[in-house]
Amino acid sequence: MADLEIRDLTVQVEDKVILKGANLTLSKGEVHALMGPNGSGKSTLANVLMGNPFYQVVKGEVLYKGQDLLAMSPDERARRGLFIAFQYPVSIPGVTMSSFLRTAVSARRGYDKELMPVGEFQKLLKQKMDELKIEPAIVSRYVNEGFSGGEKKRAEILQMAMLEPEIAIMDETDSGLDIDSVKVVSDGVNRMLERAKGAMGILLITHYSRILHFIKPSYVHVMFDGRFVVSGGPDLAEELEQSGYEGIKAQFEVIAAEVQAEGAVRRAGKVFWVAH
Amino acid sequence: MAVTNQLGIDPDKYKWGFHDPEKYVYKSRKGLDREIVEMISSMKNEPEWMRAYRLHSLEHFQQRPMPVWGANLAQIDFNDIYYYLKPTEKKERSWDEVPENIKNTFEKLGIPEAERKFLAGAGAQYESESVYHNLKEEWEKLGVIFLDTDSALREHPDIVREYFGTVVPPEDNKLAALNSAVWSGGSFVYVPAGVHVDIPLQAYFRINAQNMGQFERTLIICEPGSYVHYVEGCTAPIYTTDSLHSAVVEIIVKEGARCRYTTIQNWSTNTYNLVTKRAVAYRDATMEWIDGNLGSKITMKYPSVYMVEPGAKAEILSVAFAGRGQHQDPGGKVIHAAPHTQSVIVSKSIAKDGGRAGYRGLVKIYSGANGSKSAVRCDALILDDQSRSDTYPTMEIDEQDVSITHEATVSKVSDEQLFYLMSRGVKADEAMNMIVRGFVEPIVKELPLEYAVELNRLIALEMEGSVG
Repeated sequence: MADLEIRDLTVQVEDKVILKGANLTLSKGEVHALMGPNGSGKSTLANVLMGNPFYQVVKGEVLYKGQDLLAMSPDERARRGLFIAFQYPVSIPGVTMSSFLRTAVSARRGYDKELMPVGEFQKLLKQKMDELKIEPAIVSRYVNEGFSGGEKKRAEILQMAMLEPEIAIMDETDSGLDIDSVKVVSDGVNRMLERAKGAMGILLITHYSRILHFIKPSYVHVMFDGRFVVSGGPDLAEELEQSGYEGIKAQFEVIAAEVQAEGAVRRAGKVFWVAH
Repeated sequence: MAVTNQLGIDPDKYKWGFHDPEKYVYKSRKGLDREIVEMISSMKNEPEWMRAYRLHSLEHFQQRPMPVWGANLAQIDFNDIYYYLKPTEKKERSWDEVPENIKNTFEKLGIPEAERKFLAGAGAQYESESVYHNLKEEWEKLGVIFLDTDSALREHPDIVREYFGTVVPPEDNKLAALNSAVWSGGSFVYVPAGVHVDIPLQAYFRINAQNMGQFERTLIICEPGSYVHYVEGCTAPIYTTDSLHSAVVEIIVKEGARCRYTTIQNWSTNTYNLVTKRAVAYRDATMEWIDGNLGSKITMKYPSVYMVEPGAKAEILSVAFAGRGQHQDPGGKVIHAAPHTQSVIVSKSIAKDGGRAGYRGLVKIYSGANGSKSAVRCDALILDDQSRSDTYPTMEIDEQDVSITHEATVSKVSDEQLFYLMSRGVKADEAMNMIVRGFVEPIVKELPLEYAVELNRLIALEMEGSVG
C-alpha cells in the first residue's frame, strides 16, 4: 500500500467545485511533480491534504499510511509527518521564527508538555540554516512578517528541513524565486532526500519545469480542470516544456470527448483520464 | 477549527478566587457618610488637615454625578460597600510577623518569594490596610523611602503634605473624590536625587472580603536624576456581589528623572476597577506607564502624563484582555504643555467570549509646545463574533509646529493564521495562544522577565478553551 492514496477526491470552495475526482498514489522515496495551468486545482489539492478548513471535501477519500487522513486535524497530520511548503505563507506578528520553529519541532518530535531542550534545538537550527544558506538574522524576526518573496520561500524550506517530514508537499516553492535561489532551495531539498534514504516522499507542485532540472521527479502528473489528465515519467515535463499546456489541453479535449462517449476509463499510451 | 467561545473566565479557572475567613480588627458598617469618613480619620490618628481634606472630598463626591461617558457604572451601589476594613493591628517588616492566614494568602500569590528573588522592596495590602512593607537595607541607606502611605503621613508628614493631592485633586472626578475621602493604604515612594533603584519595588493589593471597597492612595516622588520602577499586582476572590477598587496614584518626576510604573491587574471579574493615575513630568524627565489589565468586571483607567517642562517624555503601554462579562476601557492621556515634549501611546486590546475591550485616549498639545511629538498606536484583536472593540482617540492640537501620528487597527484571528501554525503540528489552543502572545509581544518585551512570564501565563489562562 502506498503511503498516500488519494481516491476520487472532489472538493469545493463555497459553491464552486475545484477538484473533480482526483486520484494519486505516492510513497516515501518518490518525487512526484504535479504540473498544470493556473486554476487547475493544484494548490487546492495541496491545501486539502493539509486540512485547510477553507475547502470542503464533498467526495472521495485520502489514506495516509492506511489511515483516514481527512478525519485528522491539520496539527495531527503534521505531527504524523505530513508537511506543506505554502505558496503564500501568512505572517504571525510578534512571534519570532525561532520560538515558532522550536514549538513546531517539539510538536513533531513528540514533546508534549515541555519543549525540546534549547541547546539541542539551536544546534539543529544552525545546521539547517547553514545548509540552506539562510541568514541567521531571520530567526529573530517575526514569522514571515516583512519577509520578501524569496525569504518566505526559504523560510518554508527551513521549516521543512527542521520538521523532517515523511511526505512533503511543495506548493510552487519555485515561483517568484530567481534562478540562484531555485538552485539553493533545490540543493537543500536534494540533501533532505539523500539524508532521508527513502524515508521521505515529495509532491512537488510547479507551474514551470525549471525546478525539475534541479529536483529530479520519479513521476510527472498534469492537472487540468480539477483532474489528473496525464501522468508519466520525467520526460513528460520535457514534453510540456516544448508544447506548453495548450498541447495537453488539445489532447485532453479529444480524450475527454471519447471518454464521455464511452463512459469508461480510457487509456491512450501514457495518457489516461479517469472518468467519474 | 473555527474560533468558538466555550469558556469564559469561570471561577474554576481564576486561580486567585479563593478567600480567607474574615477575621478583622475593625469592620465599618456598609455605606458612606460623614461619620464613616471621620471614623477612618480618627482610627488612623491623622493630622487635622487630612481630616478636613477627607471631608471636603466627601462633599465633592456626594455632589458630583457619576460619569456616564464611559462604561456602564449604573449598577454600583455606593451604600452597599464596606469602606474600611482593618485586617490587623499593625504593619510588619517581616513576613513572620504577619498573621498566619494573611501571610498564607500572599505566599500563595508568591510575593515573599518574589521579594527575596528580584525586588528591592515589597509591600502588601490586604483590604484597607497595608500589612507588610519592607525595603532592602541597601536602598534605605541611600535615602530611598518605601512605606505605606499611612505610615508616610506619620513619619514624613511634610513631604506628604507638600505633594498629596497636587497631581490629582479631589475635584478631578467623582471617583478621585471618593478615594480622597476614604483612602487607606497604598505606597509612598521617595527617591532622592541621583539615586537609581535599579531593581523593582513591588506592592501587591488584595481584596478578601465580600462587598469590599479598596481605596489605596499611592504617591511617588522622583527627585532630579533619579530612577525607580514600581510594580503593582492585584487580585480578589470571586463573589456573587461586586467589589470596588478605586485607587489614586500621583507621581512627580523631576528634572532628568525617570519613573516606570507597571501594573498587572488581575482582579476577579466581580470587581469594578476605577482608577485615577497621573504623573507630572518636569524638564527632560521620563514617565512610563505599563498597564496590563486582565481581570475586573469593568476597568476604567487612563494613566496620564502632564509634560510641563521642555524635553519631558511620556510613554504609555497598555494591554487589555476582556473575556465574558468584562468591559475593559483603558487608555491614556498625554498633555504636552511645554516645547519639545514627546509621547508614545501603544494600546493592545483583546476581546473574547462577548467581552468588550478598547482604547480611550487623549493627546493634548498646548499652543507654544512647539517641536513636540506624539505617536499613538492602538491595535485591537477580536477573537470571536460576540466580542467587541471600541476606540475613542481624541486629539486636541493647538500648536502648528508638532509631529503627530495615529494608527489604529482592528483584526480578527484569522483561520489562515491558525491553519498555518497547526500545519506545523501546533495544537489549536496553543496556536491561538501563540497568535495572542505575538499580538501583545510589543508590550510584554518591555517588562522584566518575571513579569513578562507572569503576563504570558495569565493570558494563556484566559485563553484556555478558546478553540473548539
